[in-house]
Amino acid sequence: MTTTSMHGGDIAIVGASETTQIGSLPEVSMLNLHADAARNALADAGLTIDDVDGVATAGPLAMEVSHHLGITPRWLDGTMVGGCSFMLHVRHAAAAIAAGAADVVLITHGESGRSRVGMGGRGPNPSSPQGQFEAVYGAVTPYSTFTVPALHFLQERGLDREALAQVVVTQREWAVGNPRASRRTPTTLDAVLEQPPVAWPFSKDMCCVVTDGGGALVMTSAERAADLPAGDRAVHLLGSGESAEAPMVSQMADPGSFRAFQLASAEALATAGIGHGDVDHLMAYDAFAHLPLYMLEDIGFVGRGESRDFIAEGHTGKGGRLPMNTNGGGLSYTHTGMYGMFAIQEAVRQLRGEAFAQVPGVRTSFVQGVGMFFAAAGSLVLSNHRP
Amino acid sequence: MPGPTPLPTPDTAPYWEGAAAGELRIQQCTSCTRYYFYPRPFCPNCGSTEVVWRVVSGRATLVSYVINHRPIPASDPPLVIALVQLEEGPQLMSNIVGVEPEPENLPLRMPLRVTFEQRGDHAIPMFTPAEGTS
Repeated sequence: MTTTSMHGGDIAIVGASETTQIGSLPEVSMLNLHADAARNALADAGLTIDDVDGVATAGPLAMEVSHHLGITPRWLDGTMVGGCSFMLHVRHAAAAIAAGAADVVLITHGESGRSRVGMGGRGPNPSSPQGQFEAVYGAVTPYSTFTVPALHFLQERGLDREALAQVVVTQREWAVGNPRASRRTPTTLDAVLEQPPVAWPFSKDMCCVVTDGGGALVMTSAERAADLPAGDRAVHLLGSGESAEAPMVSQMADPGSFRAFQLASAEALATAGIGHGDVDHLMAYDAFAHLPLYMLEDIGFVGRGESRDFIAEGHTGKGGRLPMNTNGGGLSYTHTGMYGMFAIQEAVRQLRGEAFAQVPGVRTSFVQGVGMFFAAAGSLVLSNHRP
Repeated sequence: MPGPTPLPTPDTAPYWEGAAAGELRIQQCTSCTRYYFYPRPFCPNCGSTEVVWRVVSGRATLVSYVINHRPIPASDPPLVIALVQLEEGPQLMSNIVGVEPEPENLPLRMPLRVTFEQRGDHAIPMFTPAEGTS
């Protein structure tokens, strides 16, 4: 038996799929979005429910998903850190497979974010720190909370809300013509800036779309992957990282950068044994337009204050040297609430050469997630090559 | 519309009792001398349990904000949801009141002072521009 490492490409994503439909799905409950995505991902892998012995999810409990699907698990992970939970699930599943605690892990996401079918209630417990010290001020919805530090970020770099519009305009190009994308017509800086504010400085298109949908991943050892019918489409985990800071936006140590992005991404690059220059595709979780700016700087793809120009000069667009959010991102493609699964799905599609807006020759993709506003971060380095 | 009210715990009750008395009270660690927020029975900076409640100045500066235009259960829009930093160091989420909610009236780093909004049985600490006050 060969020695197995959770990094170094020994563990692979062998099945990946979104729900059959995304967008507005008022006929499908949250739990059945999980099920639809799970069945699609297993079919993609050439595996069945009977092959699965590990289940990870966020939203519902892991056993709600395993039971619903008819799986008897010997490994469960219900890590819940918001929208980047799935990055952590990939990381944890890889460790479990490497340790022999699971053979085939199914990671599912499903959320009726738009139609709210089969979903629980919202809002924090009024006796929690968030309930007592943030919700009383209206800092409870994503658009009125996650957005609060952005003005500080912009002003300390000499930028203004035009930088947010630039993110929207550049990313929209990737979604143009994609029938699965919610916003798929080109836009301009002026058009985005002139929209009525949702939460100034954010206008409507600087905020993500709100949709129903889901996605699932199937992971196993690279050894087993090689024996699967779709083994040549395996996507290998080269590195990963995770971190967390404060579950309250007001308690960020520095509103102008996010330490958890710095820590998680540094660990992902270090465990992959690569540098920034080795990355040729980036997914940067964009619930709101300021996040890719934070991520480009906090991961270190650009220096402090350089993110806006990097995007405006076209480096993250088609033909750029770091194509970013090539599905259009949460701002244009889809955003169910916990978008991280869709960021991973797009990275897998690009690495397999199966994306709607395919970038030629993608070999290494970096996926940066964020969760529960500026609370948690998860980072993955994925490749279609096993080192 | 009336906004949500807090449900204090034993650890946070002195904060809300202070607000009801028109005082902003936060905790200070007597070991490392730093002030901290939110309330808890130990210092998050050094771990000491030698902590005391202090009435603080109520002076703060504006760190960042949004002007919310969507209906949310705290106030009728537009509502300024802001990150403020107390003179003593800690950051708080709050609302900026007593000023027209327009960007030109809300430059970052502007000096603020605490004020209290009565909401049911609770007084909610909020901040208002300090200019013209003593």
